[in-house]
Formats: sequence, structure tokens, C-alpha cells
Amino acid sequence: MNWSDAHISDVLVIGAGLAGERVAIEAAMHGHRVTILSLVPPRRSHSTAAQGGMQAALGNVAEGYGDNPTIHFEDTVKGSDWGCDQEVARLFCERAPVAVRQMSRWGVPWSRVVPGKRTLPDGAEIEDLQEKAGLIAQRQFGGTAKWRTCFASDGTGHVLQYAMDSVVVKLGVTVHDRCEAISLIHHGETCFGAVVIDLRTGELRPYLAKATVIATGGYGRIFGTSTNAVINEGTGMAIAQDTGLVPLGNMEAVQFHPTGIVPANILVTEGCRGDGGYLLDKNLHRFMPDYEPVKKEIASRDVVSRWMLHHIRQGYGVDSPYGPHLWLDIRHLGPEHICTDLREVHTICKNFLGIDCVEALIPVRPTQHYSMGGVRTNKDGEVYGLKGLFAAGEAACWDLHGFNRLGGNSLAETIVAGMVVGERVADFVQEQSLSFPFSLVEDAMAAQAQRLADLRSRKNGAEDAFALRHRMEETLTQNVGIFRNHDALQEAVTTLQGLYERAQNVRLRSSGLGPNPELLAALRLPGMLRLALCISFGALKRTESRGSHYREDYPRRDDDNWLKRTLAYWKPGAPMPDLQYEPVKITELPPGSRGYGEMPIEAGD
Amino acid sequence: MADRLLTFSIFRYNPTTPEIPPRMQEYQLEETMGMSLFIALNRLREELDPSLMFDFVCRAAICGSCAMLINGRPGLACKTLTQDMPGKITLMPLPVFKLVGDLSVDTGVWFRYLNVRTEAWIHTGKVFNPKGIEERMDNPTAQAIYDAERCIECGCCIGACATANMRADFMGAALLNRIARFMIDPRDERPMAQYFDVVGTDEGVFGCIGLMACDDLCPMEIPLQGQLAFVRRKMAQMALKCARCK
Ligand SMILES: Cc1cc2nc3c(=O)[nH]c(=O)nc-3n(C[C@H](O)[C@H](O)[C@H](O)COP(=O)(O)OP(=O)(O)OC[C@H]3O[C@@H](n4cnc5c(N)ncnc54)[C@H](O)[C@@H]3O)c2cc1C
Ligand code: SF4
Ligand code: SF4
Ligand code: FES
Repeated sequence: MNWSDAHISDVLVIGAGLAGERVAIEAAMHGHRVTILSLVPPRRSHSTAAQGGMQAALGNVAEGYGDNPTIHFEDTVKGSDWGCDQEVARLFCERAPVAVRQMSRWGVPWSRVVPGKRTLPDGAEIEDLQEKAGLIAQRQFGGTAKWRTCFASDGTGHVLQYAMDSVVVKLGVTVHDRCEAISLIHHGETCFGAVVIDLRTGELRPYLAKATVIATGGYGRIFGTSTNAVINEGTGMAIAQDTGLVPLGNMEAVQFHPTGIVPANILVTEGCRGDGGYLLDKNLHRFMPDYEPVKKEIASRDVVSRWMLHHIRQGYGVDSPYGPHLWLDIRHLGPEHICTDLREVHTICKNFLGIDCVEALIPVRPTQHYSMGGVRTNKDGEVYGLKGLFAAGEAACWDLHGFNRLGGNSLAETIVAGMVVGERVADFVQEQSLSFPFSLVEDAMAAQAQRLADLRSRKNGAEDAFALRHRMEETLTQNVGIFRNHDALQEAVTTLQGLYERAQNVRLRSSGLGPNPELLAALRLPGMLRLALCISFGALKRTESRGSHYREDYPRRDDDNWLKRTLAYWKPGAPMPDLQYEPVKITELPPGSRGYGEMPIEAGD
Repeated sequence: MADRLLTFSIFRYNPTTPEIPPRMQEYQLEETMGMSLFIALNRLREELDPSLMFDFVCRAAICGSCAMLINGRPGLACKTLTQDMPGKITLMPLPVFKLVGDLSVDTGVWFRYLNVRTEAWIHTGKVFNPKGIEERMDNPTAQAIYDAERCIECGCCIGACATANMRADFMGAALLNRIARFMIDPRDERPMAQYFDVVGTDEGVFGCIGLMACDDLCPMEIPLQGQLAFVRRKMAQMALKCARCK
């Protein structure tokens, strides 16, 4: 390797979404030299796609008066089905309001309270008071006791990311976009940075730092049908686990969002239901009140998705060439509301369905959406097993979400965790000096160079990277979805194991030179398969139902045996993950009823 | 329209293999129902040519990654449906920006550079108090800022702009719109004169020749014509004031 290619900083942040940029800003404001890596320009990170909003207990709107961090905390714990870390949840709820207000200072045009009386779609009259005029407005999201979700019309993620990045630009933080971390560099139990492939040229470079932060977002694309951006392939989680020392927490906890449009799988926001939209079946019957008389369409996502699929299985789905779906009806919200607070939904329906949702029903179906699991950290964001390694955002299992994340809690998590973890990172690098054996970096580089060379030169392999990948996507979608059972999960594990073996035998059809897309697909595939195996195997072993993890053969939550978090390790060269468990910390709210989703759906339904 | 065999003519060039000159390559693909250029290009890559380079991220017309020249017109590939296109589709990379390879161009570095040059962030002397509540803003003001903030930096308006194609340092409609966004934001304390230094120039608003190619093409339907006129008016007022002073 050429040492002049090495890039050295105090802090290396892998990922330029909201979480990564917020960590970087905190560290930079403490005077540290920070480098951010990203697959794409920061403003194209997946955070920009969030439409709905960000939760924080401000209590600014009529249906939110009296809200406080304790109520937010209780909603979050219930939403998580008692799977979350309560210390983290408490810390998060206390700081979320600060995060929202700071983002306002940095330029987010939050929608604001307009005082006056209003009638809601269900007929209730509410009045927003004059004294709250001009404060940050909030809307209703699922699984919450109060209206708490702050929003900027229909583009909350977009404006948050742009404001965040404007601060990164202002502070002059170095960003290397079109760069992908493909391996961490570690020695003993300390992390020193990452080996990176330049997606403009295909060249490798080492990035060295006192602290490395994984903020690479979710892995939705391993499911194929997902609301996630196509770059969400989970590579950050995979390279952390690949060290053999770092566990991934609760990978079996996968969220399915009730309203992905059919067939494009693009999300339409929970705001549609929060603002009063209905779910209808093929007879145009509003079925959610039959199953959830209290919360109706705005029970938590795991519960609504389950009932939707159950209802489809009962024969009430609308047939289509792409399989059965249900309808989302927002027509009664009126054109004015739809064309401002839900404009993005209107545009998506126009562009990708060719319909006008002011007048037409929207075809929807539950779709893979979010990863509660990820790189396991403590409450300061320090990754288990490796010193100098941190994680934040969707890539992390800080464990704010347990087995089900509430809508609006993820954007808030990225920013609050960014603040908290950023502070810890800043302190850490203050105390640390960078020293590492040179040979370590050279070896790490050589190992990755060899991987590339092997792929480019292999002439006898039989496998196609894209074909294996599609098999993985189908397996997860068919066997590891909303309803799970022993046989389907066992089958998934067996299939994925086979694919993992075959992935060692990929042969490129193209030259693989430069930033070649086939080479990159082949490079990512083994890591993606490892994640798929962690999800499936973890789900197979967890013989209970909790939040989004629903076992038809074990339809109830089992706190006696399963009030614990899965930790999936991958020992070097092993064919399968090694599952261990740790207890879930209960500090304030003992396990009890969620207040929705009580009715179990038995196997065979 | 069913069973159409589409012909794609695609610009190919990989800067890491300069010995192979730029060329147009043809592919054929059977059209499927609801096919977008996102679906078509991925199929071409997976089935016919795994070296084909292009950029998609959100595939939902919200991230701005996939702008290219589609039959000569800048647009987002992910929201372009083949059913709205003739049987022969020509795809070229967006001009003005540096080519990464095939249909992929480097918009990120370009926009970062201009965001630095125009200081596209809130300028304020106020210190954030984590214990206080937020400053109030009336909702119409928030809406107006949001309307300008919707730009996804896709570069369509830049690729289409005659001035940007001629002079490398021209900001283009996207950045002028961004400046309009800060001008109406009460949180930004910059005096007009400070904006004037940045945009009251030929690289800025006075370089625009007003043919409005940009306005037609913005996939976010940002009223660029109005935004450009707003900035120009503000800057002309400034110029007038300065002239009077002299
Ligand atoms: C369609 C949609 C709508 C949503 N709406 C909401 C909502 O309304 N409210 C809410 O709270 N949540 C919402 N979510 C969830 C929320 O948007 C995400 O969980 C959150 O934005 C993730 O932020 P992040 O910073 O962790 O990751 P991301 O924003 O995904 O960023 C990941 C970053 O890592 C980089 N990266 C990845 N791998 C590598 C690598 N190997 N090397 C270098 N860089 C890498 C990427 O380039 C990117 O910059 C939504 C999610 C989706 C899919
Ligand atoms: S109106 Fe101005 S900014 Fe728009 S395309 Fe023409 S010269 Fe470019
Ligand atoms: S103004 Fe419109 S066309 Fe120009 S970069 Fe922004 S979104 Fe694209
Ligand atoms: S892929 Fe995001 S705009 Fe087309």
C-alpha cells in the first residue's frame, strides 16, 4: 500500500445521514478533526426520505397539552413491547425537545401552531390556544397518548438533513462522499479506522482515527421489497460484526410499515392515518375498529401491519396482478390538507400510481421498513467489544426501540443519539492519542486488496452475485416476514446457509475494473447474507411473540423466559452466528399491557 | 403498448479505462407494466451488462440522485415511466457536472462547493439556550421557507441552463433559489449588502439570461422563475442604492 493515500483524523464517522452528521458536528464543535464518509452526497442519505415527523414532548397543540417526557417514555416502552433499554428511553425523551429546538435554530422550517377551532375527521372539536401561536406544531402518530410529532409540511427528513448538512458545511467538516467502508481496522480490542473503497475509482484507502463511528443506517434492501433506499444494504453493521468481537443486538426485530404502496413499495407516511385516514378492505369496509376498538388505525405499526395481513388472509384483500392489497383512504381529509401537509403523498401517488389521492383510494400493503436491531452499544454509544468504536442511528442497537419502534421516534433518535454519542466521542478522543502498528494497516489493506483481486481474477466460480442476492431477498420476504413459525424460519436458515457458501464462489461476468457495480455487489453480498442469517436464526430461536416479532406457534409475550436481548456474534470463519443473550434493563416501568394488540392471532388463521 | 420491445441507446464511458473512448451503446428490453427507468436500468445491468454505471438512491423522486438527459431533456430517471416514452430511449449523463462514469455524474461536490461559496446556512449571533422554548414563527413564513427548501439538488435546472453550460462558476437557479430561501428567513441576520457581494454578480443573478429553461424542468416544481425574479429585484434595489451613494 501507499502511505500517502492514508487519511488520518481524530474522528471517522461512517455515514452522513442525520445520525452521522450530528455526531460529526458535536465532535467538530469540540475542536476535533472529523472526517465523514458516505456512499452518496450527504443530502441524498436515506434520512431525507422521512416524510412524517419527529417526536418530542413539547405539548404545543390542543391534543398534546399536558404532554411531558414521562408520557413519551411510557409510549416508547409500551411501543417496544418492553424490549427497550429504559435508561436510554428516559434519556432520549428528556432530550428530544432540545433536539427539535436546536434544529429550529439551525434552520428547519417546522410547521407552526395556528390558533383557532377545528373539527377533526372523527367529528371531535379541538381548539389551539392563542398563547401557543407560532410554536412548533405537532401531529398524531401511532401508539402515542398525545399528539407529539413535530413536522415540516410533508418533508421533515429532507429539511432536517439539509439543515444538519448546512451546519457541517458551515463548520467545514471534511466529507468524502462516494466512499464505502468495507472493513474495520482493529488490533486486539481496539478499533483504528476502516479500509475504504473509493466509488469513483475503485481504489482502496485506509482511514485512520482515534474514534470510529458507525452511522450507516438500516439494511432494508436485504428484503428486496422494502420502503428503504437502494443504498440501505446494512454494510456498516456487517463490517462491525465481521471483526468477530462485536455483537448485533435483536436482529430478529424487523419493522413492517402498514402503508407501502403497491407495487412500487414506496412509503406513504403514517401521517396519513395520524391525520385521520382510514384503512379499507375489498368491500370498502373500515376494518381496523373491528380489531382495535380504541386505537383503530393508529395502534402501533406492528399491530396494524399484523391485522392488515390477517384481514388479507381472511379473504378481504383486493386482488391485483401484484398480489392482494388493502386501501388507504384519505379523501375525506380534503384537497387543502392533502396538498400541504400530505403533499408528498399526493406527488408519490401521481408519479408512481398515476392516481389523484384527493379522489382515489391508495393501494397499500405492509412492507419492510425499519431495523430495530443493529450494532449493540451502551447508553453512551460505545460499541460492545471494541474500544474506539461507536454507533448511532438506525445502524445501532442503542436500544431505544426494543421490538417495535414508534413512528417519529427514529428521526428523533438519530439527532438525540447524535448529540449524546457525539459528546462521548469528543471526550474519548480528548483523552486518546493515535498510535497503531504500521503493519496492522498494511495487513488490513492487503486483505481487502486480495478480496478484490480474487473476485476480479476468479475464472472457475459458478455463481452470479445478482442471482444469489435475489434468492436471499425472496427467502427473507417469504419466510421471515410479519407472521413467523418454526418451519418457515428453519427453511430460511437452511436456504441462507447454502447461499452463504455459494457466495464464496461468485464469478464476475464483467471485468470488475474501476468502480464496477458488479464487483461492488459481489463484495457486499457475504455481509448481507450474514445479516440475513442473524435475523432468521434469531427469530427461529426466540420462541415468543414480542412487538414486531410474531410467532404463530408462540403467539404470546413470554416475560419469564424472553425478557432479554439477543446478541449475535460471528466468529471468524464460522458458518453461522453465535447467539448469546443479555437481560433487558427495567428501571421504571414493569412489563404490563400495551393497551392495543391484545388479541392474539392463532396459527392457521 | 403491451409487448413493446424498447431500444435503449446509452452513453458509455469509464474514466478509469480511458483507452476505451466514449460511445453510445444499444440495448433491447421487453417493456413490463408500470416500468420506470429505475426498473429498466437495473434490469439492463443485471441481465445484460453488469458494468453499467448509474445512480439511484430513493427511487421515489425525493433524493435527487438520478437526474440524466432522457431523450435530450434533463429529468429524474426514477420517476420516468417507459409508457410515456417512445420505443427508442436515449440516455446521456447530465452536462455541466463532472462525469463519474456512464450515466453517473458528480453533483455532490458541485453543490457542496456552491453551498460553501454562498454561505448557505443560517447566520445568527444568537446563542442557543437548551433550556428555553423555541422562538415563534408564523406558519405562512414557515411554509414559504419550506417551499423554497424543497429543492433536492438534482441538478436538472443546472444541466438545462445555457449560462451554466457556458461558464463554470455560474450558480444556477438552484443556488439562487437557496439564497431566496435565506433572504426570507427571519432567523438569518445577514444584511442585504452581504448577499449582494455573493449574488449581485455575473456568477450570480446577473449572469442569468432569463430563458427559463430551469423553471420548466424542476421536478419539485419550485417556481424558479418567481424566485429568480425575487433575488434579481432585491439585488437591483441594492445596486441602485449603491449607485446613489457614490
Ligand atoms: C421512507 C421512509 C420514511 C421514514 N419516515 C420517518 C418518519 O417520518 N419519522 C421517523 O422518525 N423516522 C422515519 N423513518 C426512519 C428514519 O428516516 C431512519 O431510520 C433514519 O433517517 C436513519 O438515519 P441514519 O442517520 O441512521 O441513517 P441514514 O440516513 O440511512 O444514513 C446512512 C448513511 O450511511 C452511509 N453509509 C452506509 N453504508 C456505508 C458504508 N459502508 N460506508 C460509508 N458510508 C456508508 C450512507 O451513505 C448514508 O450517508 C423513515 C424511513 C423510511 C425508509
Ligand atoms: S433562467 Fe437563468 S438560471 Fe434559469 S436556465 Fe435560464 S440562465 Fe439558467
Ligand atoms: S431547483 Fe429544482 S431542478 Fe434545480 S436542483 Fe433544485 S430540485 Fe433540481
Ligand atoms: S433515485 Fe432519488 S430522485 Fe431518483
